[in-house]
Amino acid sequence: MAVVETRKLTKVFKQGELGAVNEVDLETREGEFLVFLGPSGSGKTTLLRMIAGLESPTAGEILIGGKVVNDLTPRERRIAMVFQSYALYPHLTVYKNIAFPLKAQNVPKHLHKEKVEWASSLLGIGALLQRKPRELSGGERQRVALARAIVREPSVFLLDEPLSNLDAKLRLSAREELERFHRRVGTTTIYVTHDQVEAMAMGDRVMVLNKGVVRQLGTPKDVYDDPADTFVATFLGSPPMNLIENGDLIIGFRPEHFRLAVDMKETDKVLFKFRVDNVEYLGAEFILAGVLVGGKADGKKVIARLLLGHSFEVGVTYDFAVPARELKFFDRTTEKKVPARAISWQ
Amino acid sequence: MAVGTAKIKSAGAAQSPLLGLAMFSPAVLYIVLLIGAPFLLAIFYAFSDARIGGGQLHYVGLENFRSIVQSPSFKAALKNSIIFTIVAQIVVLVCSNILSIALEKPFRGRGLVRFLILLPWVAPVSLGTIGWKWILDSIYSVITWVLIWLGFVSRFSPPMWLGEEKLAMASVILVHCWRLIPFSTVILLAGRTAIPKEIPEAAAIDGAGFWRTLFQINLPMMIPILGVAVLFGTIFTFTDMTVVYILTNGGPYDSTQTLPNLAFSQGIQGSDLAAGAAISVFLIPVLVIIAYFMLRVAHRAEVN
Repeated sequence: MAVVETRKLTKVFKQGELGAVNEVDLETREGEFLVFLGPSGSGKTTLLRMIAGLESPTAGEILIGGKVVNDLTPRERRIAMVFQSYALYPHLTVYKNIAFPLKAQNVPKHLHKEKVEWASSLLGIGALLQRKPRELSGGERQRVALARAIVREPSVFLLDEPLSNLDAKLRLSAREELERFHRRVGTTTIYVTHDQVEAMAMGDRVMVLNKGVVRQLGTPKDVYDDPADTFVATFLGSPPMNLIENGDLIIGFRPEHFRLAVDMKETDKVLFKFRVDNVEYLGAEFILAGVLVGGKADGKKVIARLLLGHSFEVGVTYDFAVPARELKFFDRTTEKKVPARAISWQ
Repeated sequence: MAVGTAKIKSAGAAQSPLLGLAMFSPAVLYIVLLIGAPFLLAIFYAFSDARIGGGQLHYVGLENFRSIVQSPSFKAALKNSIIFTIVAQIVVLVCSNILSIALEKPFRGRGLVRFLILLPWVAPVSLGTIGWKWILDSIYSVITWVLIWLGFVSRFSPPMWLGEEKLAMASVILVHCWRLIPFSTVILLAGRTAIPKEIPEAAAIDGAGFWRTLFQINLPMMIPILGVAVLFGTIFTFTDMTVVYILTNGGPYDSTQTLPNLAFSQGIQGSDLAAGAAISVFLIPVLVIIAYFMLRVAHRAEVN
């Protein structure tokens, strides 16, 4: 097991253009499940590929287990990677796929069978060993890819969106399986995804990236409850955080904190008039879209998320409120988080 | 409405037997007149005593085959055809693999290099071979000139590229390779780029080096396309007469004689149409067998 560290890691694909990854400083913890989260083009996969050794950095250092590995080939880094497409060898059976890393790293031949059986039973694919990849379902392929990754007991696992090729239902069970798997093997894991639900559910810590820059690194609770800037605030959460400009500040609050004023027990709250323009009924909750009426925020579009228990009419204005402690404050020019302060809405 | 009418119209047209026939006939005529008829004629001649200028035809059974199989020229030609084909295919496969690896990754001037490599395939065979005839000439050969300059051979006994048996065979193979490598390279390049880039990357992460990735991952995945390249290469070499005809015309002493060239020289130049036809017909089963095995290999690889 080992810790992965990057120091001012930068990748510029085309000289003169903005880097795909810019001065990323990162240090994983022993055995943790770290998630790189960001929209497409945020540099998360490039960062992962540099750690894997598939892409060489333009500047900066990568350390694995305290050693600089910039000039080492992927095989010398003792890492395992699962690709988005799984990248199984189509002409080899499942057994030979899983045994390939052992063969390539000159593990004595008599150990192959035992190790392949260990890895395949860990992932419950013992019965598939003689099949070819094309005879497997998506979920089975993913498990073969994982088995191929763990068979040589790597020091670090890199997973590049391994669930994105599965259908929604399978994705949920595969996610749980991955979590259980990580708890069992306890290897330091870096997981790349653009899916915030996956990131929140699986990560010990989440690193939010945008345009090759780290926006925030923290526990799922940190990044959700205490976003470092407006990008993180709007990227996490569905529907995203409401943002309202107010003087030289941007004020944010989550749709689930925007509720009917009469229902709110908190005494310290900010009141708004909210005209409902659209009601979405989602079974367990309502999503209300509408605009604020009156005051500085007049005409601002906001979204509210409420549990059932009321009925709302389109076009009607209601009294809504946000608890004062749920308001987030961002600087209007830098869009970075600033300490809370008293503000006026009139 | 307009769409509906058009649909009905086109459906009606497709059902009209005359129009269908008219659309179909050029292809059928082409095949029947230019491939089918000569083919049947060749089979017919092979069992007759046809000669150029001879007035009468008689059925002679397998007499032509019996006589050509016994002739030393035919034996030499058959042996050479096989040697040329196999050796050329091996050289072509190795070289075009190296080239396709070199040309896969982008570098400055790759487009120009690809263009230059493709040139031998685009040039007419006859003209290219005439060029080689000069390059391999006994007096004007640039190769000899360079070798003398480098001190490898003596000025007074230069190698006779097309005049010594072994050298003549090597020269013929060389020209075949020169001609086939571009074609094979293009096919292999396509096969190589068809491999998803994650697969060699996964192999690299799994710890495979260059040779292991090449022989255990890339080449096995390219077997169907390799099969196509070998199939085409084999047929092109086995049936080609231009290279041999221009370079050596089968000489010296039939040492570079091949079946197509022998068929031409006996059947047309020697006016023994029947013998020429018999030699040509002899090629058919050989080629059918080669094609069958190649396609089977390609198909098996695809299914697996």
